[in-house]
Amino acid sequence: MAQKKGGKTAASDDPEELARTPLQAVLLADTFNLKFRPITLERPKVLLPLVNTPMIDYTLAWLESVGVEEVFLFCCAHAEQVKEYIGNSHWGQSHAGFSITTIESNFSMSAGDALRFIEGKNVIRGDFILITGDTISNMSLTEALQAHKDRRKKDPDTVMTMFVKRSKPMPLTHQTRLGNDEIMMAIDPETKQLLYYEDRFDSSKRAVTLDKSLLADNASLYLRTDLEDCCIDICSPEVLTIFLDNFDYQHLRRHFVKGLLHDDIMGKKIYTHEIDSSYTARVDNYRSYDTISKDIIQRWSFPLVPDVLYAGNRAQMRLQREGIYKAPDVTLSPSVRIGAFTAIGSGTIIGENSSVSNSVIGELCTIGRNVSIDGCYIWDSVTIEDGCRLSHSIVCDGVHLHTGATLEPGVILSFKVEVGQNITVPAYSKVSLLPQPSKQDSDEELEYADTNSGVIDSPSIASISPANIEHDHVSSFDTEQSVLLEGGLSGVGYIWTSCETGNEEEWRYSVAPIPVEKLKEFYAKMFDEDESSSDGEQTGITHSGELISESKSTDFDDSDGEYKGDVSKFEKEVEETFERALGGVAEENVQLEINSLRMSFNVTHAECAGAVFQSVIKSAIIASNSSKSNLLKATIDAIERSKGLLSYFITNVDEEIEVILKFEEMCMEITREFAPIFSSVLHQLYDKEVITEDAILKWESEKADADESDKVFVKQSEAFLKWLKEAPEEDDEDE
Amino acid sequence: MDPPMDFQVVVLAGGTSDKLSPLVSKELPKALLPVANKPLLSYPLELLEASNLKNIIVVVEGDEAATQVESWLSVAYMDRLNVEVVKTPGDVGTVGAIRAVAPFLISTDILIVSGDLVSDTSPGAIAATHRRHGAAVTALFCPAPVSGGADSSTSGGKDKAKKPSRCNIVGLDPTRQFLLHVVSGAKVEKDIHIQKRIVRAVGQMEIRSDFMDAHVYAFKRTVLLDVLEKENLYSIKQDVLPYLVRTQLRSEISAKKENSADESSNGATKELPSEDININSAVPSNQNLRWLSQHREIAPSSYQEIHISDCDMNKSRPAKKTHKCCIYLSGKTQYCARLNSVQAFGDINRDMLGEASRITGYTFSAQNNVVHPTVVQGAKTTAGGQCIIAEGTILGDKCSVKRSVIGRHCRIGSNVKIVNSIVMNHITIEDNCTIQGSVISSNVQIQERASLKDCQVGAGYVITAGSEYKSEPLTKK
Repeated sequence: MAQKKGGKTAASDDPEELARTPLQAVLLADTFNLKFRPITLERPKVLLPLVNTPMIDYTLAWLESVGVEEVFLFCCAHAEQVKEYIGNSHWGQSHAGFSITTIESNFSMSAGDALRFIEGKNVIRGDFILITGDTISNMSLTEALQAHKDRRKKDPDTVMTMFVKRSKPMPLTHQTRLGNDEIMMAIDPETKQLLYYEDRFDSSKRAVTLDKSLLADNASLYLRTDLEDCCIDICSPEVLTIFLDNFDYQHLRRHFVKGLLHDDIMGKKIYTHEIDSSYTARVDNYRSYDTISKDIIQRWSFPLVPDVLYAGNRAQMRLQREGIYKAPDVTLSPSVRIGAFTAIGSGTIIGENSSVSNSVIGELCTIGRNVSIDGCYIWDSVTIEDGCRLSHSIVCDGVHLHTGATLEPGVILSFKVEVGQNITVPAYSKVSLLPQPSKQDSDEELEYADTNSGVIDSPSIASISPANIEHDHVSSFDTEQSVLLEGGLSGVGYIWTSCETGNEEEWRYSVAPIPVEKLKEFYAKMFDEDESSSDGEQTGITHSGELISESKSTDFDDSDGEYKGDVSKFEKEVEETFERALGGVAEENVQLEINSLRMSFNVTHAECAGAVFQSVIKSAIIASNSSKSNLLKATIDAIERSKGLLSYFITNVDEEIEVILKFEEMCMEITREFAPIFSSVLHQLYDKEVITEDAILKWESEKADADESDKVFVKQSEAFLKWLKEAPEEDDEDE
Repeated sequence: MDPPMDFQVVVLAGGTSDKLSPLVSKELPKALLPVANKPLLSYPLELLEASNLKNIIVVVEGDEAATQVESWLSVAYMDRLNVEVVKTPGDVGTVGAIRAVAPFLISTDILIVSGDLVSDTSPGAIAATHRRHGAAVTALFCPAPVSGGADSSTSGGKDKAKKPSRCNIVGLDPTRQFLLHVVSGAKVEKDIHIQKRIVRAVGQMEIRSDFMDAHVYAFKRTVLLDVLEKENLYSIKQDVLPYLVRTQLRSEISAKKENSADESSNGATKELPSEDININSAVPSNQNLRWLSQHREIAPSSYQEIHISDCDMNKSRPAKKTHKCCIYLSGKTQYCARLNSVQAFGDINRDMLGEASRITGYTFSAQNNVVHPTVVQGAKTTAGGQCIIAEGTILGDKCSVKRSVIGRHCRIGSNVKIVNSIVMNHITIEDNCTIQGSVISSNVQIQERASLKDCQVGAGYVITAGSEYKSEPLTKK
């Protein structure tokens, strides 16, 4: 009854209101994530070229084609560049199909912040389209928009219509061809209401959990993994208010959609609209960049294709047979072999006997002789000297590859990087002139923090001018980044260590196709998984027919995962606290603070001890200025300085062992420079009575069965261990 | 005439279910409970006969019940069906019942039918579906009944708590041919857990809570026997079927016979009736994923597939086993109900008089009733629409019978009103009685001026003159 009433009132005043409002769109020119680092440190993602046209042009062209009248362009990171681009492009001119207003905020860290900011501007008057500036689409909006409005009339609690597209993920990697992770959605088959949403597929969780009440209201629902989120939404103005009310909502899907569905707030409803024949995709990671580029070249996105899109004052590319696009003023030597599905921008010169296939080459590039390019995205003004081999890489503006350089699959070369003669850049490397910001937050929340952090996050880095680096050939910055070019060969750039995902996962989102070995590995894993899971389930026959044992273990896995995440977060917090302590905070206060951290993160004493120790060691690195001889001294100093603190937190043998293990781990991973002096430091710790000999011997015996690789440090400390073992005997004799 | 399909049918006739007390007794096992004046068991048997499924084993719980069923069968079906009766001790569950008949099972596929099924869904169609897919198991599901009169359907619609408990929660593939998930609604407390693996394999799983397990299953014999060896199984519906559905992508069934049925899986049809099943044939998992996704187009880039087949080439481990679980959905217009409660007994009898009268095989008269020619009706006695009155019954003067079933050789006095009730055989109802919404078992005597409303009266009970009962089960001590 209540619904009906609401429906009536809405119906009475809505039509006129809707008729009056022009169709508005909010275009987020910032993706609030790090996936395109290091490129996005220098240029906003929406301006990155996709088949030689900035992504945002595709988005704007679509908005224009569907009849949007007002576009609010939200800029955050590199706002100046975006504004400048729009100002100079035809979009900013009066003859464009819509009016475009830029909204700039430097403080927004997420889509949520952006929408809250826009709400504050009070510009949205009716239903609006929410889209990011990296979305390519050619779909028609009329039907979905009408459906959305009809639903709104019937039920004012309808707040959003999400566009989804069918796209079946690969069974092995659970990724769609755009490289997006599989999403699990439950949709009402009649109303298309979205009932459940789960992203970030966690393969350890083997079952989906649906609330029974979902089925009480709907006799049936579709559970689907074959849908891909198009990242285009039709939103009601309430969306902004909901974001305002729930100030902790950051991510559109993870927080907003899940919040509405799972926390059951406010009874708001989200609907889906499945598109079938038209093209929609979002450039979310390097893999989708690759896929979408190919789709554009193969004209799935028509009319958003290189020879139709408005090119401004650039030379329009022309389509030739076999899907080859060429600008009229390309200079190709007669012996150049151009393979199918390739685009070459204007002013580019390609030398003799080179071959290009499945690639996009930008404007004003100079490519030498005997170069082979396959599956690459080469942007503007790139110089590639003779004999280079490139496969499945992205090469940004102004990059210079010297003779004989090789790019293995998955390489990203950011702006103006130089690769020296005959250098091979290993697969999946990311190279930039800018060093990797030292504060890499693996933490999810902070993922949002940083697209703009090229400026904010690391001011010290930004102050280093590229010219400087060129001179000293990059040798001193070796704490977090390793240097690309050893041996004084000409070349400039830092190799970034992979940030969030870790190197093993790099292939997943890379431009390069997934290596066959990986697939085989997955295939094998699928078997193992099955073997193990079926073993587990043999006992799982229960009278209810429910997977009871499984769901339990699932819960456990889950909490476990969170818990581990917390430890690294905890370590970070401890580190920060410790740094402050170096700045002169009283030791007692530090103890108090770390203790409270320990409780709030719910970590064990041993983990806490490890974290404190890690902070001490890290402070030593900073003090030592990274020279080896200083390092030992600095470490000793640091240990001496923090002895009180350490002994406060390291109270029993277990914690001591944890500290040794932690140190070992650090030596192998983050702070390798400690590796050579491991045993000396261990000795110091013993001398300073931070660690007892019991712990050390226990550590040794624990390691006895370990792999050879794991024993490196035991071996290194052999002399010390021997001395330790002998010493007590003497003591005994004395007694 | 077509040769009969190579199917053995096991009809689980039950015994003397507690749920149906006081209607059933040692004298009257559930199987012989009259529904529209025919024994309950005759409904599944006739249905099977219609599909030319004539090799039938009837499993009955308890000695006495078995004897009675056997003697009834020998009279009613001896010349028509090849029926054998096997008795089991009570309370062994449906799995126990199947274990009891396991030694007799010889055909390739086994059809298991609940003896309390009243339906017009063809078991032959289920069997054919089973064969066509080469499935390990095929289960019949029917839309949850909204029947049982207007009153119960409206209340059922509103009452959310009640609805899912009677139904199962099932997961189907987009073509509604495969059963991907099944759990009994009553067992789900709050959350439904669905295996992602299976959802992934199909991409789209339809989950419904408005289907009911009709307790008709076609099993591959090898699968069935294999599953029976496992412990902790009690019920086919709640244990065996969910187990098979759950493990369909990584079958643990180790069929004993080696066979070479790999190719047959593609073209398996009637020509291969003796084919012993591809369940343990080397079907690599991705092929299996493919059959699950056979109805959907695959994304444009199929390079992945190629790579996977590369992997297949050099696989060194034993191929992963799978089996298919299929579903047969009865149509909306088809009748399908199980007589497993007193409520259902009343409902089904009413349905037999009304919407599902076709199942009974009676020819209804112009007054929309069936009155046997031997029935004697007194003056001014009316038998209204939707009534069945069986042979030898005598009605006195001024009686009124509406929407009721009256059995054989009843003697009904004058001025008796029988509305919405089931009166079994050999019952005496004296003058001026009123019977509404009740079930009266055989040999009951109702003395004059008694009034019954919504009562169930056990066999042989005597209701004293002038007594009034409302919503009570009445049984002889």
